[in-house]
Amino acid sequence: MSSLDAHAPVTHKGLHAFLAGLPGVDQVGAEARATALGTRSIKKDSKLWAINTAISMVDLTTLEGADTPGKVRAMCSKALHPDPTDMTTPSVAAVCVYGDLVETARSVVSDRIHVAAVATAFPSGRASLEVKLLDTKEAVAAGADEIDMVIDRGAFLSGNFSKVFEEIVAVKEACGPAHLKVILETGELKTLDNVRKASWVAMKAGADFIKTSTGKVAPAATLPVTLVMLEAVRDYFQETGIRIGVKAAGGIRTSKDAIKYLVLVNETVGEDWLTPDLFRFGASTLLNDLVLQRQRMLTGHYSGPDYVTID
Amino acid sequence: MMNSNDRLEVRKTHKLFIGGAFPRSESGRTTEVTDHEGAFLANVAMASRKDAREAVIAARTAFASWSRATAYNRGQVLYRIAEVMEGRTDQFVNDIQRTEGVSKKKATGQTQASIDRMVWYAGWADKYSQVIGNTNPVSGPFFNFSIPEPTGVVAAVAPDKPSLLGLVSVVAPIVMTGNSVIVIASNSNPIPAITFSECLATSDVIGGNINILTGDPTEIMPWLAAHADVNALDLTGVTDPTLAKELEVAAAGTVKRVRSAPINPDFEATPTLSRVRAFTEIKTVWHPLGV
Amino acid sequence: MAFEYASAPESTSIVTIKGSYDLFINGEFTPGHGTSFTTINPATEEVLATVAEANQDDVNAAVAAARKAYNSTWSKMSGADRGKYLFRIARIMQERGRELAVLESMDNGKPIKESRDVDIPLAAAHFFYHAGWADKLEFAGYGTNPKALGVAAQIIPWNFPLLMLAWKIAPALAAGNTVVLKPAETTPLTALLFAEICQQADLPPGVVNIITGAGDTGRMLVEHPDVNKVAFTGSTTVGQAIQREVAGTNKRLTLELGGKAANIIFDDAPIDQAIEGIVNGIYFNQGHVCCAGSRLLLQESIAEQTIESLKRRLQTLRLGDPLDKNTDIGAINSREQLNRIIDLTKAGEDEGAERWSPNCAIPDKGFWFAPTIFTNVTQAHRIAREEIFGPVLSVLTFRTPDEAVEKANNSPYGLSAGIWTEKGSRILWMANKMRAGVVWANTFNRFDPASPFGGYKESGFGREGGVQGLGAYLTTEDPS
Repeated sequence: MSSLDAHAPVTHKGLHAFLAGLPGVDQVGAEARATALGTRSIKKDSKLWAINTAISMVDLTTLEGADTPGKVRAMCSKALHPDPTDMTTPSVAAVCVYGDLVETARSVVSDRIHVAAVATAFPSGRASLEVKLLDTKEAVAAGADEIDMVIDRGAFLSGNFSKVFEEIVAVKEACGPAHLKVILETGELKTLDNVRKASWVAMKAGADFIKTSTGKVAPAATLPVTLVMLEAVRDYFQETGIRIGVKAAGGIRTSKDAIKYLVLVNETVGEDWLTPDLFRFGASTLLNDLVLQRQRMLTGHYSGPDYVTID
Repeated sequence: MMNSNDRLEVRKTHKLFIGGAFPRSESGRTTEVTDHEGAFLANVAMASRKDAREAVIAARTAFASWSRATAYNRGQVLYRIAEVMEGRTDQFVNDIQRTEGVSKKKATGQTQASIDRMVWYAGWADKYSQVIGNTNPVSGPFFNFSIPEPTGVVAAVAPDKPSLLGLVSVVAPIVMTGNSVIVIASNSNPIPAITFSECLATSDVIGGNINILTGDPTEIMPWLAAHADVNALDLTGVTDPTLAKELEVAAAGTVKRVRSAPINPDFEATPTLSRVRAFTEIKTVWHPLGV
Repeated sequence: MAFEYASAPESTSIVTIKGSYDLFINGEFTPGHGTSFTTINPATEEVLATVAEANQDDVNAAVAAARKAYNSTWSKMSGADRGKYLFRIARIMQERGRELAVLESMDNGKPIKESRDVDIPLAAAHFFYHAGWADKLEFAGYGTNPKALGVAAQIIPWNFPLLMLAWKIAPALAAGNTVVLKPAETTPLTALLFAEICQQADLPPGVVNIITGAGDTGRMLVEHPDVNKVAFTGSTTVGQAIQREVAGTNKRLTLELGGKAANIIFDDAPIDQAIEGIVNGIYFNQGHVCCAGSRLLLQESIAEQTIESLKRRLQTLRLGDPLDKNTDIGAINSREQLNRIIDLTKAGEDEGAERWSPNCAIPDKGFWFAPTIFTNVTQAHRIAREEIFGPVLSVLTFRTPDEAVEKANNSPYGLSAGIWTEKGSRILWMANKMRAGVVWANTFNRFDPASPFGGYKESGFGREGGVQGLGAYLTTEDPS
C-alpha cells in the first residue's frame, strides 16, 4: 500500500487507485467473526472493570430539534455523576450536543469532561463547504474541544473521494486545537468495502477518531461495521505508528452490547485502545443500563429503573 | 479360407490399440483365437504388463484434455463413434457370428443394440450432471453446488458375452463422463473389440483416451489394479471370484474405486446411471453470499 | 489493566456419567464379554467411566439383532414411519443438546463452544434432514424402487464423535437399513447417550446397536459375514485394510479417510477474513479434522505480511479447559495422538522448516499442543505431505495460479481445498481444478446435512450428506 501524505495535494486518480488497492471485506466472514467475538464470556472482576470502562467511554448525547438549555443542563449533570447514589461511579468521557448548545454544556461541565459538538450540517452533510466550516468554527469558539463532523456521503457514493478527503482536511484545520471525529454514516455506505475505504479516506485526511454513525439513520453502529473500522485503524497504525480512535454511535443500548464492543477492540487492535482517548460509545440510554448493571454487581441484587435518573 | 471367387483373403493382424495407434505387444507374443467350433480365427496380440503401463501413460495424457472437453463436445465424439460403427455394421455382424457362433439375426441384433447403446450414452453427456449434480440448500448465506467430475483413468475388463454389446456398455459410460480407459477385451471373443478399436481410430477420439488390450486378464489386471496412476477398476468381465478378490485387494493399495462384476447381467436392458456414478467423483463447492 | 476474560466454565452438572457402561444391543443395555476399558477426559486425565468391550459373541449378537430387526420390522415399515422415528430422535437431540455438548467436550477435549455451537446442532440437523428422505427415496434418482442393503456395519473416529455417528446412522436408517455402530475407543460416551435417546424415541429394538471396543471389535464387525454394508471414517491405513478385508465379498463399502488440504490465499484475498479462514481451517477442533486446511499456500507477494498478520491473530487464541466458554483450543484427544503430533513436528524442525507458536500457558495435566506454524516449508518436507492431525500449519508459497493448482493437487489425498480471492472468475477456475471432494471458496470448514462430503483419491470414496450420500445405503434394480 502506498502511503499518502495527508498534507500533500491529493490527486483524484491517486486516491482512487489507493482505495481500489485496499483488501476487500468478505461480508459473511466479517459478520461471522464479529458474532464469534460477541460470544466471549466475561465474568466477575473483568465485568466490573468493563462496565466502569464503558461508562468512562460514553459520549452522552442529545441531538434533537427539541433540545433546550434546560435539557442540556440536566444531561450534563448526569454526565458528571451518572449515579448520584454512588459517587465512585466514573464520569463519562464527553457530552455531545448541537453547536448552539455548546456554551450551555460548557457552563455545567467546565473542563472536567469533554464537550463534543456535531458540525458540518449534521446529520445530512448537505451544505456548502463555507457553511460547514462556519458551523465548525462557531462550535469551537463556543467551547467545544471535540468536533463530530459528517462526511459527504453523496460525494463518496458517486466516487468523488477527493472531495470527501479535502473537506475533512479543511474541517480539521477549522477545528484548531479541537479533536476531530469523522462520522462515516455506515448505514448509508451499505457495504463493508465502503466502510473500509471511507475509514482510510478519513484517517489519511487527518481524523483523530473515526465514528460509525449520526444515530439518525438505521442501521447505526453494528459489530461487523465496527470490526472493519478497527481493522482499518490497526492497519493504519502498522503503517504510520499513529493511533486513531473509533467511536461506535447509535443502537448500542445494553451493557451486554457495550461489552461485546470492548471485546472487539481488545482482540482486533489490542488493549492499548481500551481507553476513552481511543474508543467511545455515542449513546444516551446505554448509560442507564451500565449504571444499573454496575449497581447489580456492587449490591448483589438486580436494580430497577427507579434507581437511575432519567437525565 | 477361399471366397466364392477363389480370391486369397488378406488376413488381418490383430494388434493392440494404445495411444490411438495399433502397436504389437512389446513382448512380441500373440495368442490364437478360435471360432465357436474351435477353428482358427486369428493370432491376436497378447498384451504384457509393459503394454498396460504404456496404456496408462497414454490414458493419463489423454485425460488432461478429454476431462476438460465440454459436455457437448463429448457427446459429439461419442455420437461420431456410433456413426462410424453403423458404417461397419456388416463387419461387426460377421465378427460376432464367427466368434460367438450365433445366428446372423442375433449378431445383427447385438450390433444394432451396441450402436444404439453408444447413441444413448452420447445423449447423456450434457445431461447427467443435471441429474446427479445439483445445488444444495445449506442453512447459511452460502451458494453450494455439487457436480460430478471424472475420476481419471479406469482399468476395465470387458465381458466375454455379449462380446460387442458388453464392451460398449463398459466403455461408453466411462468415456462419456470424461474418463480415460484401458479395457482388457474378452480373451475368448476379442475380434469385435478389435473392429471397435478401428472405429475409435477413425472417429474423433483423442489418442490414448480409449485403449484396448487383448490378452490374459489374470496376467495384466493385477498390474493395473496395483498401479498408482489408475483411479478405478471396472471388473464387469471378471467372472472368476478368486481373480476378482485379488484385484479388489490390490486396489486397496491406493484406495481405488471398484465396480464389481454384475450377477447375471442383461446388457440389452436399458442401463441405470450406476456406471455413470461409479466413475465420477462428486465435488461440492461452497461460496459465501455477500456484498 | 488488561482485559482478562475470567474463565467462564460450563457446568457439568447437567450430565450424569455412569461409573460403567454396557453395550447397547437389541434395544437394551447388556454387559459386554470382552475386557472392559476406561475412557478419560483428555484435559484432566481423569477417568470418566469404564466401558465394555464387545468380543466376538457380542459382535455376533449385535449383528443378529440388527438382522432380525431388519427382517421383521424395519424393512416392513413404511418410509413415512421410519422418518417419524428419525424426527423424534432429532428432536430429543435438540432437547438434550446442552447435555450432549458437555459430555462431548469432557470425553473428546474439544472446546464447549464448538461442541455446543457446531457438533451437536449439526448432528441433530443430520437426523432432521434424513428423516425427510425416508419416504421419498423413489425421487432421489436411484430408480423408482430403491431398496435398503440390510445390515450396515459402521465405524467412526474420535474427532467428531456424535456428529460422525449422525453422518452414519441417519442416512442408513432413512434408507431402511439397520445398523451396528462402533464408536472410537477414546470417545464412546455420546454414542452411549445416543443409545438412551433411541430408547426415549421408542425406536424398535435392534434397529440401532452400539458396540464399544477398539480395533479388534471393529475388525470383527467388518469381517462378520452377515453384514451387507461397511462404512468407515478414519485413517487411510485402516481404510485400506478394510478395503482389503471386504474384497471378494458382496459387502458395499464407503470410506472417508485422511486429508492434507491446501488453503490457497491469493494476493487479492479479503485478507482479514482469509486469516480467520486459515485459523479456522487448522486450529478448529485442535486440527483433528480430516479436511483441515493444514497446508497454507500463500501467494509469494503477500507471504511475509500475511504470516505476520497470522502470528498476531494467533496471539488472541485461548488454549485451556474445554469446558471454559472462552476456550478456543482444547485438549488433544489422547496421549497417542499427542505423541504423533510431537514426532511429526520434530521431523519438521529436523528437515529445516522454521517453527513458531504464540506464548501459550499449557496446563499441567492433560494433553495439549500449542498452535504451531511452520514456515519455509516445501512439498518435499514430511510435514507438507503427511497428515499430522493436530494444530500445526505448514506454510508454503506459490507464484501463479497454475503453480497453486499443481501444488495443491500434488498429494495422494484429495478431501478438501480452500481458495481465497475476490476475483469471481478465479474462484470458479480454481474450484474447477481442485482435485478435492469439497472446495471452500472464501470460507472454510462449513458443513451441512444437505451438502455431500467425501474425498478423491486416497481420501476415500463415497459421499455423506445430500442426495448423493443416500446412494451408499441403497441398492437399485440394475440390469448390468
